[in-house]
Amino acid sequence: MKKITVSFTLNGDQVEAEVPSTWNLLRTLREYFEITGPKEGCGVGECGACTVLIDGKAVNSCIYPVAEVEGKTVTTIEGLAGEDGTLHPLQKAFLENNGVQCGFCTSGMIMSAKALLDENPDPDEDEIRTSLSGNLCRCTGYVQIVESVQKAAEMMKDKS
Amino acid sequence: MSEYLYVGKNIPRTAEVDKVTGRAIYINDLKRPGMLYGKIKYSEYAHARIKHIDTSKAKKLPGVRAVITGYDIPDVRVGFLRDQTVLKKDKVRQFRDEVAAVAAISPEIAEEACDLIEVEYEELPGLFDPFEAMKEDAPLIHEVDARGRPIRTNILPLPWKFEAGDIEEGRKASAYIVKDSVETTWVNQCCMGTSGCIAEFDMNNNLTLYNQANVIFWDKRRIMEYFAQIGLKDSKVRIVNPIVGGSFGTKLDTDIYEFIAIQLALKTRRPVKILFTREEEFFALPPRQPAIFEIEQGCDKDGKLTFRWAKAILDNGAYTSWGATTPSVMMMPMSSLYRVPNVYFEAKCVYTNNIYCQAMRGYGNPQATFAVETSMDHLAEEAGIDPAELRLINCNHSGDVTPMRLKITSCGLEECIKGVKEKLDWDKKRGKRNGRGVGMASLIHVAGGARVYKSDGHGMIIKVDEHGHVDVMSGGTDQGQGSPTALAQIIAEALGFRPDDINLVFGDTAFGLWDAGTHASRHTFIAGNAALEACAKVKRQILELAVVELPKLIKHQIKRQKRKDPDFKEPDLDFSLIANPEDLDIRDRIVFSKKDPENPYFRTEVSNILREALHVGTGKSHVVVAEAFYDPPTEMLDREFKGNLSCTYAFGTTGVEVEVDEKTGEVKILQLYAAHDVGKAINPTLIKGQIYGAGYIGVGYGLTEEMKLEKGRVMNPNFLDYKMLTAKDNIPVTPMIIETDEKDGPYGAKGIGEPGLVPTAPAIANAVYDAIGVRINDLPITPEKVLKALKEKRKEK
Repeated sequence: MKKITVSFTLNGDQVEAEVPSTWNLLRTLREYFEITGPKEGCGVGECGACTVLIDGKAVNSCIYPVAEVEGKTVTTIEGLAGEDGTLHPLQKAFLENNGVQCGFCTSGMIMSAKALLDENPDPDEDEIRTSLSGNLCRCTGYVQIVESVQKAAEMMKDKS
Repeated sequence: MSEYLYVGKNIPRTAEVDKVTGRAIYINDLKRPGMLYGKIKYSEYAHARIKHIDTSKAKKLPGVRAVITGYDIPDVRVGFLRDQTVLKKDKVRQFRDEVAAVAAISPEIAEEACDLIEVEYEELPGLFDPFEAMKEDAPLIHEVDARGRPIRTNILPLPWKFEAGDIEEGRKASAYIVKDSVETTWVNQCCMGTSGCIAEFDMNNNLTLYNQANVIFWDKRRIMEYFAQIGLKDSKVRIVNPIVGGSFGTKLDTDIYEFIAIQLALKTRRPVKILFTREEEFFALPPRQPAIFEIEQGCDKDGKLTFRWAKAILDNGAYTSWGATTPSVMMMPMSSLYRVPNVYFEAKCVYTNNIYCQAMRGYGNPQATFAVETSMDHLAEEAGIDPAELRLINCNHSGDVTPMRLKITSCGLEECIKGVKEKLDWDKKRGKRNGRGVGMASLIHVAGGARVYKSDGHGMIIKVDEHGHVDVMSGGTDQGQGSPTALAQIIAEALGFRPDDINLVFGDTAFGLWDAGTHASRHTFIAGNAALEACAKVKRQILELAVVELPKLIKHQIKRQKRKDPDFKEPDLDFSLIANPEDLDIRDRIVFSKKDPENPYFRTEVSNILREALHVGTGKSHVVVAEAFYDPPTEMLDREFKGNLSCTYAFGTTGVEVEVDEKTGEVKILQLYAAHDVGKAINPTLIKGQIYGAGYIGVGYGLTEEMKLEKGRVMNPNFLDYKMLTAKDNIPVTPMIIETDEKDGPYGAKGIGEPGLVPTAPAIANAVYDAIGVRINDLPITPEKVLKALKEKRKEK
């Protein structure tokens, strides 16, 4: 199997991976780096459980060819909490507002929300719903997820 | 009455911090050393004879460790009616039939090997319509039953027939009668985490099965029964749940892929993982049971229900899982939703070559409630009574015993109906026929356990160590509903600790005592009651130790203070105030004297007591641990399907306002109120999460979700073509929590896992009728159906 080597920044670290050229980013993260926060819920970019940030944009890593990640900056859910373990406001808000139930969609959901809040710190409900529309959840009916994102936005505003 | 510290509070889900940091380990993430990957070769026909299976090419593929067919493993039948084998070797009866399986060093190699397996079939005529399948000359899908006796019909030998009172008397007493045909279809549970397991044997042939079962002890039993038949009767079985990525009914039965993983692990002597793809999740996992109803109801001139008669036909698919038992739950709304004196209900389950079915949130209740509640609206119209009024006239009340012998304890139904009516501004908005309409539907569901197994119990072991840590070993499982938080609140309250002190361990048959499973909305009620019993015992033990240790601690303290300060004046303490366990209590980790609660000498952390009691330096040290096994005082249904199978029942009403676009046929939900009698909200935020989530699935059931089957094949096995609602759909669900303080519930709580889904679809259908005057009686209510019905209505005019 033809392998390729890619170097990129992963959760703040400069990393290199040698993986089959057919692999997508999700598989590289999960199998090469054992970063298992991003999940495979469908494998074809329909459910959003694999969402990570690439150069700040939310991307379905399951359909992202690994070769494309060369030189880019990837952030997964594992890279969100502070080094001292302090939770990101989104992580805190999801726990406090029941934005998480079974948790399988949560990593992707939080990363999509992060991409939104980084770009738009004060989104309205409609903007939140639009930016989460590629992340499916079966447990919550999305209501408390949207509330969590709103609460996180407030927390982040208070901080800054 | 004392103020609760934790019960009723919105305690955050900090116990599940792993889920927001990417650290939670699901079956998808779990790896075992030396693990192989299993893949299944499925049938290429809905109905065919297998003439030949050639695995030679697959076996030669590098990286393949095992290829098995029905010829390589014992010919043992499994499943609820034992109507299938693990791998099929003579005949396939549906597209998901498992014909062969491979274990290989990677999922890709396993899949490639599956493709190399050549199967020769002789196609047989398929049966895809239960009515066709019921005909006398229909080809038989199964030739013999589990005992080898010939089968002469495709109708399953199941006794689903319920009778109470006298239907003919009811008909005679009726001033108004309506009859309707109602249909519900297949929907997929759509767990975000796909199905999977890892089977691993040790060298003594003991099995550890990492899977997502939500009835771990039944799962163990089914596997033990299988083992007994394949020569492994002395093998031990341990079921371990990783974190579960959603369940919604899918984890109730032991699925065929689990037996396949076991066989591959046996053959290779290596751990074998099978993990479904999303496509498999859609076509190879049993979905919700569809049902076709004929329903007839009547009422007298005052609107009092006189009778309810219904017949259901269930497309069972090719084999039998829990879907075939959904009529036992359908009987509940059929007989007991509203007061109805005369009831007849029967259901026939029919083999076809379609996909077979199992449980999904609400079991058979959403199907039957769709029939009952759309018919109620029809009856209201026929009788010229407001549909809300008809429901109130026939409302269930506390103290009722229903025709099914369900004993109604607390009942908030009237409050739910009235609450929803008010919120919707019902009287103003109803009956306009201007494209906007309101509708409602209610529900009854088990909410205090469900004695479907002979034990409906839950075992819990609680220990408190000398650090003040509370470890709880629960026999139950969690699939995301929040029991690590809700149960921790109950335990913290009952024990006098903080929720953060409670560490809940669950989902492991080796650590837990028997539990009948996290299903039937029973977990908080049953496990909560077990927790209360265990907490009472643990607390008693702590207080008995405190009676001995607290005076010693106080004397040490006084000694220390004297040493520090020679002028210290020894307080005048009345030790009789802490002489008996009854004199003491625990709150917020502190043991204190009930008679002198503020006295600082009589207050100390529990851990101080337990440390003193443990490190005594003699042969008389103590630890604190207790177990409780709570099995509710309920009955199995008798031969007539009557009996009080639950301690208490949930009631609720969903009310919706819709707008129907008569040009596109689209139904838009403007408001959705979901009022639920929850007994007592242990954690209102978590309860709302259950109501929102269930409500959304209910809206999907009502409007968008449908597995499209064409001659047995699932045509839409992906999220593009199967329309699950997204955040963008923005359904405005408003939960209304009604508290009735159920006397048998832990702190008054009732189950709430399933109810939110049950009445949603019929409430929507009723609102659509109110908006445009057409009744859509088959789900989902798609724009195509709305347009077609409108067209027909115009033609009639």
